[in-house]
This record gives sequence, structure tokens and C-alpha cells, in this order.
Amino acid sequence: MPRRPDLQTILVIGSGPIVIGQACEFDYSGTQACKALREEGYRVVLVNSNPATIMTDPETADRTYVEPLTVDVLERIIAAERPQALLPTIGGQTGLNLALDAAEAGVLDRYGVELIGAKVDAIKRAEDRDNFKATMRAIGLDLPRSGVAHSLEEAEAIRCEIGLPVILRASRTLGGTGGNFATTEEEFRAHVAWGLEASPIGEILIEESIAGWKEFELEVMRDGKDNVVIVCSIENFDPMGVHTGDSITVAPAQTLTDKEYQTMRDAAVAIIRAIGVDTGGSNIQFAVHPDTGRMVVIEMNPRVSRSSALASKATGFPIAKIAAKLAVGYTLDELRNDITRETPACFEPTIDYVVTKIPRFTFEKFPQASDTLGPQMKSVGEAMAIGRTMKESLQKAMRSLEIGSAGFEPRPDASPETLAERLAVPNADRLWYIGEAFRRGMTVEEVAARTRIDPWFLRHVEEIIATEASLAGRTLASLDAEALWALKQDGFSDLRLAALLGVTEDQVRARREQLGVRPVYKTVDTCGAEFEAFTPYLYSTYERGDCEARPSGRRKIVILGGGPNRIGQGIEFDYCCVHSALALREDGFETIMVNCNPETVSTDYDTSDKLFFEPLTLEDVLAIVERERPEGVIVQFGGQTPLRLAVALERAGVPIIGTTPDAIDRAEDRERFDEVLTALDLRRPANGIARSEAEAVTVAERIGYPVLVRPSYVLGGRAMEIVYDRASLHRYMRMAVRASPEHPVLIDHFLEDAIEIDVDAVSDGTDVVIGGIMEHIERAGVHSGDSACSLPPYSIDAEVQADIRRQAVALARELRVVGLMNVQFAVKDRVVYVLEVNPRASRTVPFVSKAIGRPLAKIAVRCMVGRSLAAQGFTQELVPSHVSVKEAVFPFIKFPGVDTVLGPEMKSTGEVMGIDASFGGAFAKAQIAAGTALPTAGRVFISVPPECYDAVIPVARRLAGVGFGLVATRGTGAHLRAAGLPAEHVNKVAEGSPHTVDLIQRGDVALVINTPSGAESFRDSFPIRRTALECRVPYFTTVAAAAAAAQAIELLARGRLGVEALQDYHRRVAATA
Amino acid sequence: MTTSRPAILALADGTVFRGRAFGAVGEAAGELVFNTSMTGYQEILTDPSYEGQLVAMTYPQIGNVGVNRYDVEARRPFVRGFVVREYRHVPSSWRAEQPLGDYLAAHGIPGIEGIDTRALVRHLRDHGAQEAVLSTADLDAERLVRKAKDTPSLVGRDLVREVTCREPYDWTEGPWRPGGAQTLEQIVAATGKRPLRVVAYDFGIKQNILRNLVEVGCAVHVVPADTPARSVLAMRPDGVFLSNGPGDPDAVAGARENVADLLGNVPVFGICLGHQILGLALGGRTYKLKFGHHGGNQPVKDLLTDKVEITAQNHGFAVDPESLAGRAKVTHINLNDRTVEGLEVEGQPTFSVQYHPEASPGPHDAAYLFRRFVDRMERP
Ligand SMILES: Nc1ncnc2c1ncn2[C@@H]1O[C@H](COP(=O)(O)OP(=O)(O)O)[C@@H](O)[C@H]1O
Ligand SMILES: Nc1ncnc2c1ncn2[C@@H]1O[C@H](COP(=O)(O)OP(=O)(O)O)[C@@H](O)[C@H]1O
Ligand SMILES: [Mg+2]
Ligand SMILES: [Mg+2]
Repeated sequence: MPRRPDLQTILVIGSGPIVIGQACEFDYSGTQACKALREEGYRVVLVNSNPATIMTDPETADRTYVEPLTVDVLERIIAAERPQALLPTIGGQTGLNLALDAAEAGVLDRYGVELIGAKVDAIKRAEDRDNFKATMRAIGLDLPRSGVAHSLEEAEAIRCEIGLPVILRASRTLGGTGGNFATTEEEFRAHVAWGLEASPIGEILIEESIAGWKEFELEVMRDGKDNVVIVCSIENFDPMGVHTGDSITVAPAQTLTDKEYQTMRDAAVAIIRAIGVDTGGSNIQFAVHPDTGRMVVIEMNPRVSRSSALASKATGFPIAKIAAKLAVGYTLDELRNDITRETPACFEPTIDYVVTKIPRFTFEKFPQASDTLGPQMKSVGEAMAIGRTMKESLQKAMRSLEIGSAGFEPRPDASPETLAERLAVPNADRLWYIGEAFRRGMTVEEVAARTRIDPWFLRHVEEIIATEASLAGRTLASLDAEALWALKQDGFSDLRLAALLGVTEDQVRARREQLGVRPVYKTVDTCGAEFEAFTPYLYSTYERGDCEARPSGRRKIVILGGGPNRIGQGIEFDYCCVHSALALREDGFETIMVNCNPETVSTDYDTSDKLFFEPLTLEDVLAIVERERPEGVIVQFGGQTPLRLAVALERAGVPIIGTTPDAIDRAEDRERFDEVLTALDLRRPANGIARSEAEAVTVAERIGYPVLVRPSYVLGGRAMEIVYDRASLHRYMRMAVRASPEHPVLIDHFLEDAIEIDVDAVSDGTDVVIGGIMEHIERAGVHSGDSACSLPPYSIDAEVQADIRRQAVALARELRVVGLMNVQFAVKDRVVYVLEVNPRASRTVPFVSKAIGRPLAKIAVRCMVGRSLAAQGFTQELVPSHVSVKEAVFPFIKFPGVDTVLGPEMKSTGEVMGIDASFGGAFAKAQIAAGTALPTAGRVFISVPPECYDAVIPVARRLAGVGFGLVATRGTGAHLRAAGLPAEHVNKVAEGSPHTVDLIQRGDVALVINTPSGAESFRDSFPIRRTALECRVPYFTTVAAAAAAAQAIELLARGRLGVEALQDYHRRVAATA
Repeated sequence: MTTSRPAILALADGTVFRGRAFGAVGEAAGELVFNTSMTGYQEILTDPSYEGQLVAMTYPQIGNVGVNRYDVEARRPFVRGFVVREYRHVPSSWRAEQPLGDYLAAHGIPGIEGIDTRALVRHLRDHGAQEAVLSTADLDAERLVRKAKDTPSLVGRDLVREVTCREPYDWTEGPWRPGGAQTLEQIVAATGKRPLRVVAYDFGIKQNILRNLVEVGCAVHVVPADTPARSVLAMRPDGVFLSNGPGDPDAVAGARENVADLLGNVPVFGICLGHQILGLALGGRTYKLKFGHHGGNQPVKDLLTDKVEITAQNHGFAVDPESLAGRAKVTHINLNDRTVEGLEVEGQPTFSVQYHPEASPGPHDAAYLFRRFVDRMERP
């Protein structure tokens, strides 16, 4: 059936901020869906609170609401736009949950909105674990034994029945929040409590543990005529027990006979029918006992997912796009396979390569967190690689991770005990320890027994290590073409070979080139070459057959992407890369994207003219440049990853366009940057560089405590600390210097209580235009990526703003910026200090673009290819009359035992945007969007250090004015009462029960304001913050944020907030410009 | 690591691939085709339809699950030579009994690995399936190309003769199930219905067809390809099945005539070569495809229900629909290239499909056809 004519307007829900378990993959799916629906002539209304997405670009949908994802907001949007249908299956768990809630609240019925893709009962059959299991049993499928509990008593009863070990999971959560193994009764009780809390509906599932079984996933699609296809099978390298999101996974499945695979396929087809997903994609997970083949069903996600994004990239089959078309009535046979053009989308892709995904973790950000992997997802991103063999694919994936690994680096320091433990207990580095185990002579059987990883996978690692060993004592010159071919076919990077042969990477490359050992490029074509492919989606491999890259003679630009998501470098950079590709394509260039992150829009083969799914290493990028010979390569949009390559690429003769690598270096290198500032007569906090502990003390004492210390050249504030005295400095230096011996430590005087400002600007080399000035809510000292900010500024005056503008422009001119530039300033006592300059795309570019209604990244890339700002009609800063607030979102809930206090080290995974006429309204929306349900009544708990007493009083007064009761610890309370504010007393935790934590746990507090200072206070107040987090009580750890929240609460107490489409805001900005 | 022996794959058009040997030492000649199934190499190897052919797998990692005694489609492998990107010597599967290479060696089948199979497939796709020689013994490329040129083409050759059974036999085992296969006795006991008597012409029958027939309650009697129609009718079967098989349908001696004699007298169901022979018996024509359909992901549309099934296929020839106009109805078509995938003789309980509802390897979407055959036999 062709598209439904009865629908005109379709509402699409996005997935909100990037959190662990829900990352850019939903921007990819959402963007595809919006494009697909508009292609069919539907009017698309989109709601998503995440500004750093392509889907919230005003061009992606007809009406774009960057608003909090709540039922209330959704209802207002529905009332305003009157869609006939809602597509709930492309916005991840968040989108699905919101659609369900809206349906349950009667909103959809009230406005006659039809759910398309999946109906409420189908969603419930899949999502409700109990219901799901019953459905599976009804169709004769096997499951782990289990029961559902809503209380500890119910849980105990189930335990008696199925025994230990068990796995406990919370219903209706994402990323496995609340999933835990229990082997003892104590563990069991603790995990039950945690799970009941984590589940939004207070329900847990207790299940027989089948840890160690093989884990598989199938991506299934169904259309309205009941045609079903399997798009991709995925096998987990890490067996059951490690969340698939945290597992290394491989496509297609490797260790199933056809008989077993077809049994699984039959089950998947039966499941999607029984659950009743009308149309679209679903992800179904299975476990198989390695010795008996017993197959059980684990779960089904009745929507597109992280795995479906991976499957789309792994096969070239665009699941979300097809799902959207199926939802409006098409059937699979009516849709074309984009890649082959001739054949229909109704088929099952076959692949002639191996795909490996390795998750990216950021445990270094959370030293207190355990890096043990389990059923709860902890990774923040992933890299995917394509190779013709398992070995090639695996080693390419390893070097794609951006963790400084070029392959199986040894772990010589690991004691036998450590090694044994690292094998037995799943962890982020296990792959390398497996390599180490083979290096030390362990057999595949031994490693398999310890890790329970299928020997099929292990054997590849063993072979790689054996090959490494065979290189011992060899010289580079002794390797002939034959030998190099063999090594490269196994996926060894030049860098790893260099390490093994004791030479440099350049030497290996030179030798290779001399012998003609170069990669070819093959196409991801969905069909194993059975049909001709028209979409140049390519990967490198070392084959002596043909190369399918076929460079064109057009003017072309290569854009280097950002690699795997991690804290500090996420979707914002992908957004910028996508924008540059779109702009250049519009301008007639051939655009070539290089990236290895399967979640992204940039790795959608539709985004650019040519896609190379490749690691972002010097070797891999040079090979592409050599093949394609582009007119320019863009390194400034993909964040630190491509930037790190800039100098080496330039040295190798690659034409880098935009701001020069030298200018970037002038901004990054401390000493050179000082010269820049001196030349411009700009100020920065007093600072110095220390290469030893003694030197550090000298520097710190010269510039005065507190100081901010960090190792040089890192993004995301890694290992950055505020140090208040000499003793702490000694401790830090011992830790930090050991962490990176050859890199010096940077020391700045820490500006206390300074206002931080972010500025994004764009320059064509002559003119500079400010994109936006953002005033942070939190004071300097909280990483710019972690603090909320407001555009336009909400407290600093015009004069200071003018000074900031002047300085930003001067910096851009001096650095001869062509493209984007971001500057962070601190304002203390009206004096403006430069904190840092990043002559490249920054995290805030999408936010600013959405706030002002002009696409900064597109403008910047056009500057880079020679179009002036004047020619583009972007000549002056736009200061909107509405207020946009960005708020960060944190992963603390996933890391038990981790403190939630913010500092110079970035910890957030994502961000949201709130837009409103007033600052209070915008801030309120941002909070709600970030998951902080601001209360409008109740009691507020306040505990701040003496230096904040004065600042907190107006906050308390404001809240009291709204009607809040005040509760405070001794010192704070005394001060509040002295200011005439009635504040009840409550004990600090150390003072004994009933204390603050009791109060929070009992639900007697609606809001927590708690600013610690000093080590002792941190320790004492830690349980307060953690409890608030776990009990979902909004908490603020800075007075500045609390003050903003108070404003927001005041506004909320007065009435509901309105909603407005981005297009309308932008129209107004344009009109006033 | 295994020490590697060289091997060469030489195509009739002069293209040569050099790789490493596995499996048997020796030389094999035949038509070279590629198969796009990602699983099921053992079923492919033992499919008698591959008689006279060399098979290249598009999926690059082969050997992963070894071989076992259950996943066979015939008493021995029929593929002449096996071409893969990387052969995995050590299998990993609870079902594995032997490494693939050992099995090939035991059956005298040479294999080549380490060549760019994708380049090979693109070559075959663009230039068509062609004769080739795979050798792990003679390594003189020029001579091998000459041998490839001298290898007779499939067209016009009766390969069925090579693979059909010599004597009739009965088959009573059902399909593989995780818990073990059922027998006809158990199946019949469960349904309480009398088994239907099916005579199956063995043109190179895959055992999974037999297993599927048993599963729907048929007592199958398999007969040699040249069994006269009247002998078959004399057995008073409820239905006659025409099996798959190798090579050119037009060259199978006597088959067309025998089938023509059956028509109208008994329900007939044909698969693959059986389907093509039915087409011929109805007075139609068959022709050779450029590189055929060999894989497990071919979309076929049922024109009656308008639904699509994902099918397993393995054929190099096809029925020309124009040649059948008025004599049979096209019931299924291939959505990739619109070729005929199914026929029905109007007014008769007789139908056939080009693809493989028995799968093995491949998806089970079309298994309903076995039940349809039962329906036709029960309500002719
Ligand atoms: N019964 C079980 N025994 C052991 N591990 C399990 C069991 N069930 C699930 N797991 C592990 O937990 C992970 C998450 O479980 P899943 O049901 O898929 O939840 P989510 O919705 O978080 O993806 C799985 O990927 C698997 O590794
Ligand atoms: N001298 C300083 N005084 C106060 N805060 C500072 C100072 N330098 C940096 N910061 C804080 O540390 C954060 C991170 O520092 P920054 O130099 O921007 O590093 P990154 O490269 O990680 O962005 C800033 O956002 C700011 O809040
Ligand atoms: Mg899961
Ligand atoms: Mg910064």
C-alpha cells in the first residue's frame, strides 16, 4: 500500500539529551525518520530537548520544538499543531516512554492522535517484562526462569523458587539501570532495594543468571502486510552478563550453524508478530548455551535502538528511514534499496566483511567508580570497524577507539593475579589482557575457561599475538612485500608494527609504499557484490584485488569526524561535521566524510557524497587522502581527534583548510599563547609550567593559591584539579606526573567566584562575527561543558560584554582564524581574563546556532572554502530577545559511589536547551528537560560553607516567598535566621540521626542546596548529594545554580510555561536583525 | 599457525587468483558460481545441485562451525572445489565434529583461501558465471586457464545422471530440531492422520526436502530420475514430488516426458530443477541466467497473497514465462530481477517453485508450501 493519504501532520519525539545508553544513534534515526516523512510530503512536527542534534535543525522538520520531553509539554504541542499521528519508535526509550505516558494520560485520545509503528498494547507487551515473558511462553519460546516483584517480600519468595545466582533488573529503564547480579543473600537484598528505586514504576524482575552464555541480537523489520526481514545478526564477543552496549560485538553472527541461526530467525519472526509491532524495526536479544545450544529469549526493544544504528551502518540498510516509511503505510516491497537502486528493500542484507564494535568507556573521569562491566551499561560511546577478516576488523576497531591504542599493546606490569582477575571479571581493558595472556603462553582453552568468551573469537587474538611474536628479532628491512601484505591483512597498524620492529610509524609507511603495499577500498553494498552498488560507502582493506573507491575529478573536500563519543567530545562535533558536509555539498563540492562512530549522522551514507568508515588515525587518513587527492581537508570540526592529526597531516603535505595548524598550536601551546596575549595586551590568570614537583611548588607559590593544575594538552579537563595548599599540590603532582611523565603540568592561579563566559565566533580571515556570548550559571571552576549557561548573558553589564567582544575579535584576528573559534573568559571584579581559546568548533556551536537562528558551522565552512562573511550576509552579531539556557546532563546515577559535585573536570554526557521569553522560564525548561523536576512547594534543605552564607540568603528568601519551608544545618541555619528567615534545624550526617539523609530518604525534602568546600566538607556531605540523586530530589551544588533555580521556581509557581517552535523564534530574530 | 600450501583459481577468461590451499590436494574443474549465504556452508557443499560446480562464498570467514553429521543434504558433498576468503581451521560449535578442511580432504575436494573473493564475485557478476579450475597440485597458471577453457559448460549436459539414486528407497526422518529429529512414526502418531504417500523423483534431491515432507506427514518413496511415469503411477501415490538437481533442465533425459505423463493424473509439486522440468513438460522453455541465484536472501513475491518471502535459492537456469502463456500461471516472482519463481497449472493440483522452501541453508519463510502440497493431495 502506498503512503496513507489520511495523515497530514506527524509528530516525532526525539530522545532528549545524550546519556549513557542513549546517544547519537537516536539523532541518526530521528533525522532519517524526519527526512523520510517529509520526502512523502507530510508535515513533521518534532520535539526534542537536545540542541546538539541534526534532527532539531530548523530545516529537518516543519515545526521544531526544543522543549522538555514531558507529557505536559507534549500536550501543548499537540494542541498547537494538531498532528493526526505520533511516531513513537525512533526516539529511543525516552521517546517510547513519553508516548506511552501521553497515551496513558489520555492526551492522545483527547486530540485524536494515532500511534503509528507500534500501538500501546504492543509496546507494553514488549516493555513490561512480565507481559513479555508470558507472550514468549505462549508462542513456545524458552526463557530464563524468573519472577516479578514489587517489594522485598515478593522478591524473597521468588529467590526461594529459583535460587541464586540471579540477575535483578528494574522495569522501564534504559541502559540497564538497576540491573545487578546477586550471588549472596546480602547482595540480593541490597540489589532489590536499588532496583525498586531505579524503576520508574517500582518493579523489578528477578531472573536465573545465565551469565557466560553466548549473546546474540537480531534486527528485525516488519511491514503492514506482515512481511518480516532480518536486517542483521550480531554476536557478542563478551558473553551474557555484560550489557550488549558494553560488549564488543561482531556482525554477522559467527558461531551459529545455519540450523541454529534459522531457529533463532524463526523465533525472531514469531516474536515480532506475537508482540504485534505493526511496522518498523525491533531489536531482539537471545542467549545460547555454548554446550547444549539451548536458546532463550532475553528481551525485545520494539523500536529502533543503538543496535539498529549499528546494524544500519554494518549492512547499509537504513533501518530508521525504512521504519518511518513503513509506519505511514508503505510495505517493504514498495521501497527501494538505496544502495543497489534496482532491488527492493524487502530482502535480507548479506555482508562480505566482518564488523566489530568496541565500546568506549570513560572510567578515568570517575576514579571512584568500579570499571567492572555488568548488565548495567557504562560505556559512553563506541567505535566500529569494517574489515575483510575478523582480525583486520578487530584491530581496526581497536585503533578507532581513540584511547592511544594501535593494537594489542602489552600489559607487562600486570602480575599473574591481576591478569587472572582482569580476565575473569569483565572490564574495559579485558581485550588487551586477553592479548597479554596469550603473550604469556596461556592457551585458548585456558582463556576461554576464565573469560567464557567463545574460543572462536579468542583464537583470532591468539593468532595476532603469535604473529606479533614471530616479528621478534626481525627488522623492517627484512620484511618483504609478501610479509607486509600478510601483516596488513591481519589488520596491524603501521604504528603497532613500528612498536614491534623498533622503528617509527613513518618508516613503516615508507617501506610499505616502497613495496606497493597499500589498502584498497571496498563498498558496503548490502548484497555481497551480487548487484552493482551506487552509494559510495567504503572501508579499507588489504586485498590484492580491485579498489572500488573510483575517485572523481570533482572539487572535493575531506571532513574528518570525531570518532567515538566520550565525555568531552560528543554529538556536538558530529553536528558540526554534518553541517560542513551539507553546506559544501550545497555549494557543489564533492564531500568526503571519514569517521568510525556508528551512532552518528555523519556516518549516514546520505550525509556526504562519499563515506569512508575508517579509523581516524594518521595512517588511515593519509591513505584516503592519497587515494582521493582532495582540495582540502577539514580538521577543525571533529573535536580533538582530527585536531591531533593536523600537524602530522600538514607535514605530510595534506592541504588543511581553514585556520592553520600553526595558529591552532599558537592557541594550544601555553608559551606561544602567552605571546599572543602579550601582543594583544590581554589578561589571563597568572600561570606557569612545571616539569617537576619542586618546580610546581615554586610556580604555585609565585602565583598564589588556590591554583588549578592539569597535565598539558587534554580535552574535557581530564585530571584537572583545584589545589588549595602545598600539601595537596604534592599529592596531585605525585599522581599526575606519574600519569604522564614526559608531559609537563600546567598551573594557573584559580580565580575564585569569577563568572565564566563562553564566546563562539566565526571569521573569514578578515571579518569576525560573534555568534553568541554565553554567561555560565555556575562560577568558573565548573567545567564549561558541565555548567549551565545563558544566551544572552543574564547578569553581566553592557560594558563588560563590550570588552568581551573586543577581546574575542582581537584574538580571532591575531590567530588569523578562518572558520570557528571559541573563547572562554572569566570575569572577576569586572576584569575580563582569557581562560582559553579554541580556534575550532566547540561544544556550544549547535546551541548558539539554534539560539540565534543562523547555522554557524555552515557559515564557518564556507569561510574556509573562500566565501567571505559579507558574501554570506552574516556581518553582525544577532542578540535574540528570547533567552536560551543550556544545561548539562550527568551520568552519576550509573556510577554508584561517585560524587555529584562539579569541578573543572568535565563529567557530563549531554546537554539540553530551554528557550523562553525570560531567563527564569528558560532555566526552568532546561532543568525540567535535564530531568530535574523543579518543585513548586515543599521544604528546601540548605547547607553551604561560610563563604556562601551571604550569597545564599536571597535564594532562601525567594524560595520562602514562594512558600517553601527552610531546613538547614547549624551554621547555615543560624545565618538564615539572623537574616530573618525561619529555618528549621537538621543534623549533619556526622551529628547522628535524624539527620539530613534521613530527611531526604523519607521524602521530607523537595529541594537540596548543598555546596561543599574543603575535603572534609566534601566527605561529610557526599551522602546528602548521593541520596538526593538516588531519591530523585533536585539538588544544586552551587549557590549560583540555586539562585537561578529559585528564579525558575518562582516562575513555575505562578503558572505553566508556554511552548514555541524554533522556527517562530528564528523568524523573530531575523525580523529584528 | 598452519604452514600454507599455494593454490590457484584460474578462470576460463584468463583471470587468475593465487591463494592458499586447504582441503584436498588436487584439482577441480567446473562452472564457478558464488553463494551469498552467510551460514550453512556444509549444506551448500552437500547439495547435489552443485554437481559440476565450484562455489565461492561471499562471506569471508568460513569453517567457523566445522562440520557435523546432521547438516548434510546428501550422502556426500557435491561441490567440486571451494573458494573462500579465510578458512578457519578450528571450529567452535557444540555441534562440530570435524574441521571443514579435514572433511573436504576426506572427500577429495580442494579449497582455496586468501584470495580477494569480493573481486572474484564482482568479476563473475559482470562477466557471468564461467568455467574455472581450482588447483592445489598443478600450479602453472597458464595451463590451468587452458584447462578451464576446455571444461565443458553446463548447458546441454545431463548432470542428474551423476547424482540420482541408483535404487529407490524410503525416507522417514523429520527435520533437525534442537532436541533431535522426529520420525514419521512419531509425527503421524501425534496428528493421528494416515501418512500421505509421496513418490519423489530424485534429480539430486536435498535431504531437507525429504525431512520437510515427513514433517507434514508424508511417507516418502524416493525413486531414480529415470523411473517411468507409469511405474510411478502404478505405486498409486497421493502425490509426486519433483526434486531439485544440477545443471541444465533441458538435458535431463526422459524427465520432461515422464512429468508430462504424470500431469493430470496425480498432484505434482516441483522444486528448483523439478520446477524447471515441470515448465518444460508443460511445453515451456528454460534459459540460462548470467550468474544465477545462489544465496539465502532472495525476495520472492507470492502474486496471490501479495506477500514477500525471503528464500533460499540455488539455480543457474530459469523458466521463460512467455513460453508458458496460457498453459500455466506464474504464481511467484523474484523481486530482484522479476524472474519466474513459481508456477501453477490451472485446474490441476500441480505447482512448483524455483526456490527452496526446504531452505537448508536459508530462511524457512516458504515452508508453508509443503503444507500446500498436502492440501493439494488431500483435496485434489
Ligand atoms: N538472565 C540473565 N543472566 C545473565 N545475564 C543477563 C541475564 N539477562 C540479561 N543479562 C545481561 O544483561 C544485559 C542487559 O539486559 P537486557 O534485558 O538486554 O536489558 P536492557 O534493556 O538494559 O538492554 C544483557 O545484555 C545481558 O548481557
Ligand atoms: N584560572 C582559572 N580560574 C578559574 N576557573 C578556571 C581557570 N581556568 C580554568 N577554569 C575552569 O576550568 C574549566 C576547564 O578549563 P579549560 O581551560 O577550559 O579546559 P578544557 O580544555 O578542558 O576546556 C573552565 O571551563 C573553567 O570553569
Ligand atoms: Mg538489552
Ligand atoms: Mg574549556
